[in-house]
Amino acid sequence: MLAELRGASKRFGSGAAAVDAVRDVDLTVRSGELLAVLGPNGAGKTTSISMLTGLSRPTGGTASLFGRDPRDLRARQRIGVMLQASGVPDTLRVRELLAEFRAYYPDPLSMADIVEAAGLDGLESRLFGDLSGGQQRRVLFGIALAGNPELVFFDEPTTGLDVEIRRSLWSTLRTLTGSGRGVVLTTHYLEEADALADRIVVMDRGRIIAQGTPSQVKSLVPGRRIRAESSVSVATAERFPGVQRVTRDHMGIELLVGTAEPAVRALLAADPSVSNLTIVEPSLDEAFLALTTDTPESEAAA
Amino acid sequence: MTALTDARVRPEPGRGPSLVRIYRTEAFHEFLKLIRVPMFAVSTLVFPLMFYVIFGITFADERAGGVGVTTYMLATYGAFGVIGAALFGFGASIATERGQGWMRLKRVSPMPPLAYFVGKVVMATAVSGLIVLALFGLGATMGGVEMPAIQWIALALVLVAGALPFSAMGLAFGYLVGPNSAPAVLNLVYLPMAFAAGLWIPISQLPDVVQAAAPFLPPYHFSQLALGTFGASEGGSALLHLAALAGFTAAFLAVAAWGFRRDEGKTYG
Repeated sequence: MLAELRGASKRFGSGAAAVDAVRDVDLTVRSGELLAVLGPNGAGKTTSISMLTGLSRPTGGTASLFGRDPRDLRARQRIGVMLQASGVPDTLRVRELLAEFRAYYPDPLSMADIVEAAGLDGLESRLFGDLSGGQQRRVLFGIALAGNPELVFFDEPTTGLDVEIRRSLWSTLRTLTGSGRGVVLTTHYLEEADALADRIVVMDRGRIIAQGTPSQVKSLVPGRRIRAESSVSVATAERFPGVQRVTRDHMGIELLVGTAEPAVRALLAADPSVSNLTIVEPSLDEAFLALTTDTPESEAAA
Repeated sequence: MTALTDARVRPEPGRGPSLVRIYRTEAFHEFLKLIRVPMFAVSTLVFPLMFYVIFGITFADERAGGVGVTTYMLATYGAFGVIGAALFGFGASIATERGQGWMRLKRVSPMPPLAYFVGKVVMATAVSGLIVLALFGLGATMGGVEMPAIQWIALALVLVAGALPFSAMGLAFGYLVGPNSAPAVLNLVYLPMAFAAGLWIPISQLPDVVQAAAPFLPPYHFSQLALGTFGASEGGSALLHLAALAGFTAAFLAVAAWGFRRDEGKTYG
């Protein structure tokens, strides 16, 4: 276990104006895994990361990092962090920034390794302020790697990046876990969590509402989608057993069902000429939507 | 990407990083940041020298506090320069970086928390030393100032040490008025305060009401200590001036500490 929140809560402000950003969260980061913390804005993702990295202290429960208080420098020497937004002084050169952070670690990566891993070749002598947005992100990534961390935190690393850069960051993150490092990333892109994570923790309104492998999280949403090219009308399909919703588009008909088999039998009986029949699991998007909207409002307000 | 190999969980290293290296890097980078912003470098370094030439050397034949004006103003414009370096190089820069989120990135790293502040104090002190050195050069040549070596040294030490209380003042203002307005507000405080404390023209030539208010301003005590090194102070014990500066410093630090704690509770997400 690399990092852990146990019964952690974080309350901002006091009295009637108090906001509970995180409530009673248990979270464990294991070595060599990529953990995705998934949730909409304001779900408590960044606050959770802040508590794990020692930026803020839980108001209830505990946070630990390599068995120590996350504010202990000995614990922080083993992690790297890339924050959502960091203003870096424009007037320092890339090489100077990396050197400044390398100095904080007993056993940092070599300058050459950081430059290679973060794709900063040829930019070492540039001032931070003269770099493009994408290049600046790579510098922040290089800073996160400076100490040769065993665990790396990324707070919404791909927010605002275009698809191509996002994909390339994904492959970098895979390389990180491939080298044995633990990675924690927060995201509100479900696709990202699905593509990268060994384990997903779904947060909503300060609580963890689901966790498991991507397929486990998806399986929390019951039902299947049946798609087919068929002449069956929507009205007819709605009377099939177990059908919850029917939609039709130019590609054919789509049935949302609890269990697939009875509806498939009825469909084949009603229309012998059905073609291109497929049955698929709900997407992570659908799972996520179902999970976050099923949380009763009364509980959230409690 | 071959650079990242083998990073499985390792035993905790027995030794920490070199503190000397951390502090040296921080201080050096603070200096680089400063000299790479020309506007800042010009206003902190050049203004005190320019004013010394304009006011000091123009009225070189007059006397103040029992000494020649060029000597007298070595102490007052030295104080003016040191105060500027500390207020802006230290206080305003912390306020700005706090607003940018740079401080947050530093706080999440294993940087020893003091390194950030020590680096900036060292820088403000070094810039103060530079200003004092350049001013002494002007004084000794164009100003024709003559003093025993021991007085030169005492004056230099008092001036450079003044970076500390005014760093604290800059810090307090940085936390009090917020990152974006800090430089502007500091200027609004710095210039009138310097004038009223007698840093621009000798305090004895200021209106009575300003003279009466001066002891409530930190630069007054600073400049009196500096003038005292060659016997040109208004009187009053050096210990009293020191105590006043210590009191101001403590108050400024208390304000900064309050702001620092207020900051910590501010991040949502």
